[in-house]
Amino acid sequence: MRHKTFFWFILPSLAAMILFIALPLVSVVIQSLHIEHEQVIVTTENCGPFGCTEESSVDTEATAALRAEQPLGRFAGLTTYFDRGHLATAEVAEAWRSRDGLGGFFSALYNLPFYKALAFTLTYTFLVTPLVIVLGLMIALGVNRLTPVLKGPTIFVSLLPMIITPLIGSLILFWMIDAQGVIGKTLQWLFDDPDLSLKASPVLTWITLMVYGVWSSAPFAFVVFYAGLQTVNSDSIEAAMIDGATRWQRIRYVVIPHLTPLVVFISLIQLMDNFRVFEPIVGFSAQANATSLSYIIFADMRSDITRFNSAAATSVLTVIGVAILLSPVLVRTWRDFKGKAA
Amino acid sequence: MSIKSKFILSAAAVFLGTTAYAGCGLSGGNVSILGNEFAAIQAVAEGAKQCAGDGVTVESNLNKDYRELQVAALTANPAQYTAVTTTNAAIVPLLNSDLIRPLDELIAKHGQHLSKSQMITVDGKVMAVAFMANAQHLFIREDILKAAGVKAPQTYEEVIAAGKAIKDAGLLQYPFATTSKTGWDLAQEFVNMYLGHGGSFFKPGTAEPNVNNETGVAALNTLKELVALSNPDYLTFDSNAVQASWEAGEVAMAHLWGSRGTGILDDEGSTAEIVGNTALIASPTVGGGSTPASTLWWDGFVIASNVSDEDAEASFVAMVNGISPEVVKANNDAAVWLVKGYEPSPASAGVSATATGGTKPYPMIPFMGLMHTALGAELTEFLQGSESAEQALADAEASYVAAAKEKGFLN
Repeated sequence: MRHKTFFWFILPSLAAMILFIALPLVSVVIQSLHIEHEQVIVTTENCGPFGCTEESSVDTEATAALRAEQPLGRFAGLTTYFDRGHLATAEVAEAWRSRDGLGGFFSALYNLPFYKALAFTLTYTFLVTPLVIVLGLMIALGVNRLTPVLKGPTIFVSLLPMIITPLIGSLILFWMIDAQGVIGKTLQWLFDDPDLSLKASPVLTWITLMVYGVWSSAPFAFVVFYAGLQTVNSDSIEAAMIDGATRWQRIRYVVIPHLTPLVVFISLIQLMDNFRVFEPIVGFSAQANATSLSYIIFADMRSDITRFNSAAATSVLTVIGVAILLSPVLVRTWRDFKGKAA
Repeated sequence: MSIKSKFILSAAAVFLGTTAYAGCGLSGGNVSILGNEFAAIQAVAEGAKQCAGDGVTVESNLNKDYRELQVAALTANPAQYTAVTTTNAAIVPLLNSDLIRPLDELIAKHGQHLSKSQMITVDGKVMAVAFMANAQHLFIREDILKAAGVKAPQTYEEVIAAGKAIKDAGLLQYPFATTSKTGWDLAQEFVNMYLGHGGSFFKPGTAEPNVNNETGVAALNTLKELVALSNPDYLTFDSNAVQASWEAGEVAMAHLWGSRGTGILDDEGSTAEIVGNTALIASPTVGGGSTPASTLWWDGFVIASNVSDEDAEASFVAMVNGISPEVVKANNDAAVWLVKGYEPSPASAGVSATATGGTKPYPMIPFMGLMHTALGAELTEFLQGSESAEQALADAEASYVAAAKEKGFLN
């Protein structure tokens, strides 16, 4: 394709990407480098149905004047990134100095909101992603062997978890795993423990969230693998059969190598998706035991006083996190590309 | 009276009613109301809508997430909503950003009959008109307490003792419940307990936090003893969950919002046995304190700054119509109204008793919201037993300081 044709061809999507991806990102970075103006506080007498009290309040006129002078707020550089709500460099250094063994250091680290969220986010990402791939492949191989009559209905049922909106799916499960719910009661009966509650302990909450994550994402891997399976060369399979390969050997040495590019694709998408885990935490009311980077952003934006600057800093850190996670896969793809070009 | 004359009379009444209300004497204006969603606010919004007609439009968006919408909606110019029903905590961000207008002139013109105690004044200017009061207080099951041989508790120490007695008697495994969901709800319980123990959240005259002290530890320890009597899922309990387990008869004592009283005492969602034995009493005192460990709240309306004077006037008149004695009379049991003509009902007994006990109002301080959020995020680990009370309070203070620096309250 000629360069000019290519340019005109890509222009609409390029414009959309600049408008909806690049510019918001620039705006978020700028916001994360600022903090709000000093608030001018005065003491006023406030009265209401329950009597009068002397209380602090914001001198809105004086604060408005400051705001008009510098609409973005005070430039703070990277201070927000390093404060206790984010990378907490001072607190981490202090924890390292006064550490009581490595375990003590990690528990001090886990006490900081950002690292607590990061711990869950990474555990979730690195457990759910491979499980989704394995489970998706198993479903795809199973469905591929079904008789044509059963295939349609099975595919439909297997896709259901993906069709349900994540928030709704997790809310439904939240009620089902309640101590009074059908899953909760069954588990209590199975383990013969009337006090068993999936919502109460951190470990069980983490397991619940991850099981939910696998349940809701496996259909995606399944669909991709199933499509891939339709392109496996039947000659190679037949040749392997004539050579006396078992079903397992055929899968291991013919099918899986054929599907490898799809594994890379699914891991990329799943790493990105799982790193941004959010809906199940809200749906399962799990914030007591598990928070994620996205949940921290949400909490900043949803309190009485919204903290845009703090939310912006966490967003930038999330973007950096995604970039680090994806870099091995991206570097590999780039090498392959260069190899082909040479 | 024959059916026919009855019909004519009621038709005349409807006719008179509409002519009296249409436009509420206004020549025009657009009114749009944002507010929380529960029975009392719905009644107020309906009352305000009676003013629609003759060039006046009245719309409403009642939504339990109104707190998250209000600042952004009123910052726009012209504002998305002309009037907001808010509370003593939710009004603070509106005041901080100068998004609501003083109402003195409008009151002089259209609100002469409002009582002085309804006016919320900040620095001498009326910024909001309150119409109802709310507070968390104790709901008790008289039959279960009687079966356990304890009387209605007046202090949290008695609540804990009564809870243990009920548990030991094998009546209920988890006798107590409160709104202890991680986040805003849990922080609110700490606020109650800390004020009940006589604490204050900030060093006098500053925005410096002041919760990591003996009072804070005592408040947390009381909370921990209480949640030990709650269902292990207590960190997921919001008002809806507590109301549901109350109506299912799973708990004998609950510290819950007064505005839930109507829902609990109505004949829906529960059995006559549970409703008949439910009593609404004052919030308990704690640690030898004399005032109940709770906070008083008002719900009131405010008018946006960024709207035309015509719309502001129309909004004020419509809202005043929404809290008229007629509306209050028709919805008497829906709330503890602060409006003249309100008759106290069983559903309001708990709030009234808590207010007469001298309970403090929730602090209307610009940085209280940040403290509330910090407490909600950091106290869970202590209750779960994975850190000490001092550590939890130190974390809350540190988290508050980081937020207050970013928002310009601390340097």
